[in-house]
Amino acid sequence: MTTALSVEDLLNAYRTMKTIRDFEECVHVEFAKGEIPGFVHLYAGEEASATGVCMNLRDDDYIASNHRGHGHCIAKGVDVHGMMAEIYGKRGGTCRGKGGSMHIADFDAGMMGANGIVGGGPPLACGAALTAKMKGNGGVALAFFGDGASNQGTTFESLNLAAVWKLPCVFVVENNGYAEATASSWAVSCEDISMRAEGFGMVGITIDGHDFFAVHEAAQEAVERARNGGGPTLIECKLDRFFGHCEDDNQSYRAPNEVREIRANKDCIKRFATVLTANTEITNSDLVAIDGEVRVLIDDALAKAVADSAPGAADLLTDVYITY
Amino acid sequence: MARKILYRDAINEALDQEMARDDTVLVMGEDVVGGTGTNGEMDAWGGAFGVTKGLYGKYGDRIMDSPISESALIGAAVGAAATGMRPVCELMFIDFLGVCFDQIYNQAAKFRYMFGGKVKTPVVIRTMYGAGFRAGAQHSQCLYNIFTHIPGLKVVMPSTPYDAKGLLIQAIRDDDPVVFCEHKALYATEGEVPKESYAIPFGEANIVRKGGDVTIVALGRMVLLAGQVAETLAGDGIHCEIIDPRTTSPFDEDAVLESVGNTGRLVIVDESNPRCSMATDISSLAAQKGFEFLQAPIEMVTAPHTPVPFSGALEDLYIPSPERIDAAIRKVVAYG
Repeated sequence: MTTALSVEDLLNAYRTMKTIRDFEECVHVEFAKGEIPGFVHLYAGEEASATGVCMNLRDDDYIASNHRGHGHCIAKGVDVHGMMAEIYGKRGGTCRGKGGSMHIADFDAGMMGANGIVGGGPPLACGAALTAKMKGNGGVALAFFGDGASNQGTTFESLNLAAVWKLPCVFVVENNGYAEATASSWAVSCEDISMRAEGFGMVGITIDGHDFFAVHEAAQEAVERARNGGGPTLIECKLDRFFGHCEDDNQSYRAPNEVREIRANKDCIKRFATVLTANTEITNSDLVAIDGEVRVLIDDALAKAVADSAPGAADLLTDVYITY
Repeated sequence: MARKILYRDAINEALDQEMARDDTVLVMGEDVVGGTGTNGEMDAWGGAFGVTKGLYGKYGDRIMDSPISESALIGAAVGAAATGMRPVCELMFIDFLGVCFDQIYNQAAKFRYMFGGKVKTPVVIRTMYGAGFRAGAQHSQCLYNIFTHIPGLKVVMPSTPYDAKGLLIQAIRDDDPVVFCEHKALYATEGEVPKESYAIPFGEANIVRKGGDVTIVALGRMVLLAGQVAETLAGDGIHCEIIDPRTTSPFDEDAVLESVGNTGRLVIVDESNPRCSMATDISSLAAQKGFEFLQAPIEMVTAPHTPVPFSGALEDLYIPSPERIDAAIRKVVAYG
């Protein structure tokens, strides 16, 4: 281990990763039963990235997210009960049922929103970074996006703008190998997306996104650089998703047994747990205890979301000015 | 005698007064300073048409040039607005909406509703529109209709220096995203503008001229042309009532319906293309809610359904002319 994380930090990280995993496994099961409406993109398999990154952020730092945003929300501290209710389109949802899985936002937690538009987030993160710079409060903004968004003009423009305006901004591209069903190895013109950083005059680094410690260390350096006025950084986390692009995706573009092998050999939570129990005072029973607490939390969130009421007709016309 | 200033200077004064009043107000855009990073003069341009000239020295880094990256620029303004600032961001020409529209209609316009009413996005997008400058098909359009279609956006199009100042101050103080449309041919027009700060509420039309024979609803620069025509027609005993909606979203339906209730005749003058436009929208309003008042078919004076031509000979035919407005008014007045 290269980072000076306390036992408490490590246990919190484990809890966050496990919460994301169980949340996503739960949503997957319920979606398959036909209980959940709309488009849902699951983050399972990528937990080390959101967790390792967000542990370096203050509560008043902002993140912009993407369509695969549940993990980012949980890692930034958005309430799990509100998230589950939102995914069900219920009144108690984070956005009162008006957003859905792709649009969970909680600005009080520094979460600027999942985003249904690929590449929609990086410009918004530049804006939050601009606010921090103008206020001089030492705040940082960070954009999570995927390998697909790494090819969007908005992303290129934002990288350049952040560098030109010397914004306290960090860009984290989560390269899970697929933009929907198309391979990033085909659709991205260079070997590593982080190589593009050089063209924008900023530091770029590619790391193993399955490795919590590698993610945490890279993010720590980037966030400190941003906070200290050193400008933006592009971090590429190479990782894997356990599920399809969205639920309903039969994943026929993936090799037979690909996901089974990833789950068996590249599970970031298993890897993290192995390091914790081998190299720290943390024991397996500590982790099992957290597993149990997380299971109770997710079960409770699900039960409350299912029992929650739907928004009413009066809610249709609120939260937007209408004069007609 | 009241002070008279130019439309462009009224906008500058609104920005100046709001930046002085509230230090969360930012001005950002391509060349809004002009000269950043050059060996020449800072504040060299002060905007492509000089509207922001002179603000640079007064407000330090609160006015900033941007790379030519409209998506990142507008998106950054939106992100800054949602996190506590009040940016006034310039989209140099309204025609450029195609390279940044997502950040306006999918991001800024949606936040308040999509996030359950918990987020404010007080961003102003100032943009130039309109033909008459021989600027060709990609720098001359009237695309305010497109913004007006989007729930969550407010759309403003002042026709006078007085309205430009008061509506921009209102736009900056408004908690919703506002698209503020400035006709480039109006920048050099002059009008009475109080020195002190004032705000004009959105959704309140201006009755520019009272008259009982026919209602003219005109938008932006067309308000001026309608006024000229009405003056001439008055000599022939035709008395026009001219309504300037000032904001297309929200839109003052009551003002239009009340006037049509009095005159029974309606002409709409809109420089934009004729389909799915403010002209068709106002026609539909009158047909739906004012049908019993109408004594003649509604006339729309608009541009043809073509791109804006370059040649002056063609562009002059493209823009609604006083002659076409005159003919439309005489036609509805003569009907029945």
